[in-house]
Order: sequence, then structure tokens, then C-alpha cells
Amino acid sequence: MNPGVATVYRWELRKLRYQKRTYLGLGLAVIVPIIFVAAVSFRNHGPHDVAFGDYVDRSGLAVPLVILLFGAIWMFPLIAALVAGDIVASEDHNGTLKTILTRSLDRGQIFTGKALAAATYAIVAILVDGVVSTVAGVLKSGFNPLQSLSGTIVSAPKGLELVFVSLLVYLIPILAIVCIGLLLSTITHNSAAAVVGTLMFSLIIQLIAILPGLGGAQPYLLSTQFNAWQGLLRTPTDWDPIIRAAWVCALYGLPALGAAYLVFLRRDVAGG
Amino acid sequence: MAADPPIEVRGLVKTYGQIVAVDHVDLTVDAGDVYGYLGPNGAGKTTSLRMMLGLIRPTAGHVRLFGRDPLLGVAALEGVAGFVEAPQFYPYMSGRRNLELLAAYDGHGAGGRVDEALATVELSGRAGDRVGGYSHGMRQRLGIAGALLRAPKLLLLDEPATGLDPAGMRDMRVLIRRLADEGMTVLLSSHLLPEVEELCNRVAIVRSGKIVYEGAIAELKRGAGAVYRLSSTDDERALSVCRAQRGLGEVRVEHGYICFTADAAAAAELSQALVEAGALITMLSPETVTLEDLFFSLTEGDGRTSGSVGGSSDGAMPTAMSS
Repeated sequence: MNPGVATVYRWELRKLRYQKRTYLGLGLAVIVPIIFVAAVSFRNHGPHDVAFGDYVDRSGLAVPLVILLFGAIWMFPLIAALVAGDIVASEDHNGTLKTILTRSLDRGQIFTGKALAAATYAIVAILVDGVVSTVAGVLKSGFNPLQSLSGTIVSAPKGLELVFVSLLVYLIPILAIVCIGLLLSTITHNSAAAVVGTLMFSLIIQLIAILPGLGGAQPYLLSTQFNAWQGLLRTPTDWDPIIRAAWVCALYGLPALGAAYLVFLRRDVAGG
Repeated sequence: MAADPPIEVRGLVKTYGQIVAVDHVDLTVDAGDVYGYLGPNGAGKTTSLRMMLGLIRPTAGHVRLFGRDPLLGVAALEGVAGFVEAPQFYPYMSGRRNLELLAAYDGHGAGGRVDEALATVELSGRAGDRVGGYSHGMRQRLGIAGALLRAPKLLLLDEPATGLDPAGMRDMRVLIRRLADEGMTVLLSSHLLPEVEELCNRVAIVRSGKIVYEGAIAELKRGAGAVYRLSSTDDERALSVCRAQRGLGEVRVEHGYICFTADAAAAAELSQALVEAGALITMLSPETVTLEDLFFSLTEGDGRTSGSVGGSSDGAMPTAMSS
């Protein structure tokens, strides 16, 4: 069989299975919801200052939603950056990039396989987190109806469906973070710098959001898009933030991805 | 029409800011050559090899591998394999797993050559161990195995014996010799003169990014002429005779001996002239010119060979400085 993007993708996933950082991110996605539920059990009430915080005692389905809110600050961007920031830079640093670039695959195929693997990792991490949060939440507070942000009561099965779709919507800004991670990974040649840089980018955008006088920019900041899923939890469903998230995230992610691709295609591989 | 040579490099230049790493390099490696790309560290050998493999873009000039431009895609690397600097692998995977990855990236049945390649470099017994635990020598051999997966017609090896212990160096030379004997064209960069002298039929000697000699080693040595050492019963008279004698060059006194370059006929005529002048010969011996002497004379500052080199000739002056 002639090699192609699927070959690279398959081997990138296989390589991820061997690496500790893979389990660091996935471990974070698993352990944080468990710690959260344990803390809620200990205090006998949820956090009051966030959406759905007051409902975690009444329905386990509120737990994954609260985790999505907390996770947007640093946890999920970090998880996405752990692999996206590393996937090119570590090969550069270790000299293995020259090893694979002198085989029979074009640079474009190698980059595409890597980008797909980084995106897959982020998607898996979010879904794993969603499953663990939901299971932990249901074990703690039961599979009960959920109160939407509009105050209406949503049945438990419908609530579960909304949680799942919320996770999918949450992936939109996460994939934009992956693209930024890939760009930094490609241009910095340094895994740590790319991972930290991606996280810093995410945090700085959040800081911009709270600067006085920049309220008008808020709908177009990447950090705001992490809340787009909340439109699903309104009655009727508010699609505006979700549609906006799609194009705003595309504006952040696609240029970064395109730039990373072009740099990867043309750059000198002189390290290692 | 003649087939395109395995490697053809013309006017190759690579600059980094003000630094000229590779300076108008021209070379041709013909099919069946074991070609030594020889120079001191920092002479631009690795940079040249990176350009040959399409890893970096030349500032000017071009490379052709079997007539194909490596910058236009990996199709140019068909039938070509090798490594630059130390071969690198994924340390968290086994040697075999690393080769399986490379074979998957090669396609064209490379997967079926993994066992054979491991056996060729004598790593079958350690193939299941993580590469992170391999010695430098094992990684070098795994690098060769990785190259062999492509069933190459042309092998580019960057300092393959560097960092190996003497036994490892010997094994590496034996392996390269065997591959060359099987018909593979090999380009070997090195700063290890015995390695090049033993393995290669042609060399390019590179200094500060420039090629100062390209051609057959035999021609290079021939061009240098033989160096003789002379002592006699009357050295002062002998020196005047040498200076006046036709066919002698570079006449000088070093370490108490009169040294000069000459061919065998001129040396014979000299012996007669010395007898006639009353300076009787106590020693007249030709010194072997090694590649090492030539290398230092070509790559060091004033073009003269250091008297401390190798203890062989004290004054080889190659006449072929470029081609």
C-alpha cells in the first residue's frame, strides 16, 4: 500500500499512545471532574457563582456543564496545547523530523496527518471529560431533569442529549486552540515554548475580555466562544452564539493552520 | 543518452546571514562510486547533505538526484536513502517499531524488509528494546537499517562512524564496504581520513564551504609527487647539489634532513650527482604521502603541510588544488 495522510495519522496516534504527555492531558480530563464532584459532596453544595453551579446537587447532568465553564479558563486549552504544541516541535527538537521527511511522504501529507492527530486528541480528551463528568455527576446527584438557563425544566434524557451537543459545540474553540498550537509548534521548534505559548495566548485573550472599554470586542474574542454552547441550554435554543463561534473560531484557527502548513512546507529542517 | 548521475550538484550555495556555510559547491557522484565528502568540522558538509536530501533550500545553485530536484518533492528521493548528522529515532519505541514506522512511510513493500535490514546491521537481537536504551553505535546501525528499508541505489551517510568505538568503526566500514560491493552508490561525509582512504574511490575535500579538490584519491596522491628525505656525508654540499638539480622541487631542510619532491628518475639522477660532488648518500628514502597529509595541506591555512602530521612526509604539496 502506498503511504498517505492516513498512514501518518495512524502512526501519530500510535506514537501518542507511547508518550507520557498523552496520559497527562487525558488524566487531567478524568481527574478534575472526579475532584470536583468529591469537593461538591464534601461541601454539600455546588459553586454559586457560575451557571448551573446551584444545580449540581439536583442533577448530575449539571456537572459536565460546570466543568466546561471552569475548564475554559486553562484546563481544556492546556490539554489541547499539550499535543498540538508538541507534535511538530518535539520532532524538530529530537531530530526525528529529518528522519521522516526523507522517506516517501510529502511534507503536506505529514503535516496533515499530524494536525488530524492533534485534533483527534483534543476531541477525545473533551469527550472523555464529558463522559467522566456525567457519570460522576449522575452517581452523585442522580439522572434527574435539568433546569435550563431560561428556567424551563428539561427531562433527563433530553438533558443528556444537550450535554453531548454542548460538548460538540465546545470543540469549535478547542479546535481553534489546536490550530494555534500547531502554528506555534511549527515556528518555535520548541515544544515547551509552543505549549506554554498556546496557553498564554488563551489566557491573554481572556484578560483582554475584562479590560475596561473593550466590551464591544467581547463577542469576537476566542475566549467568549467557549460559552457558545450555552445557547443550547436556552428555550428556545439560541443559535446566534453558536453560529458566531463557528466563524469567529474559523477566523482564529484557519489562518493559523494555513500559516503553519505553509511554514512546514517551506522551512529548512536544520535542527537535530 | 547517458543516465543521469546519482548526484549532480552545481553552484550550490547556502548562507545564513553573513555566514557562507556552503560556497559554490560543484560535484558529481557517478554510479558505483564510494564518494568521500571530506572536510573538518564546520566545513559545511552536513549543510550540503541536507540540501541534497531536500531538507533545506539552497540560497543558490541546485542538486539533482538521478536527474530529479529534491526540492520538488519526495519523488526525487526514490531510490535514495541516508541520514544527516546522527540518525534520530523515537526513543520511546523499540528499534523494530521505529523501522516499521519508516517502512510504512516508505511504502512499496518496505515493511517486508524490516527483518532483513535488522539482520544486516546485526540488531535483530535488540530489535524489541526501546531505542532510548540504545548505544550511539546501535543508533548509527539502526540508521543504516532505516536507510536499507528503501532498497536504495544511492546511500548518503553523514559521518557514519563518528562517535563509535574502534570496533564499531571497523564494523561500520565493513558494512559500508559490503553495501558498496553489492552495487550501491555511496556518498559518505567524514572528517575521519582513514575511513575515507579505506572506503572511497573519489573524494571532494571541502574547506570553509568551498571544494578545494574533487576527483580520484589516486590522482590526488599522484599529483602530490613523492617526497624524499636525504642525509649524506656532507649535507651542505648535498643541499647545493639538490637546489641545482633538475626535477627536484620544494627543497628544504627539516628535522636535520634534506627534503624535496621528485619522481623516481629525478631521485636516481640526484644520487649520481651527489656521488660526483663528493657528498656520499647515507640515506635517501621516499616517504609515503597519505590522504591525511594532502587533507591538511588542502584544508589548513597556508597550504603547507605541518611537520608534525602523521610522521610520514614533511612536505607534501599537492599540485591538484581544484578541478
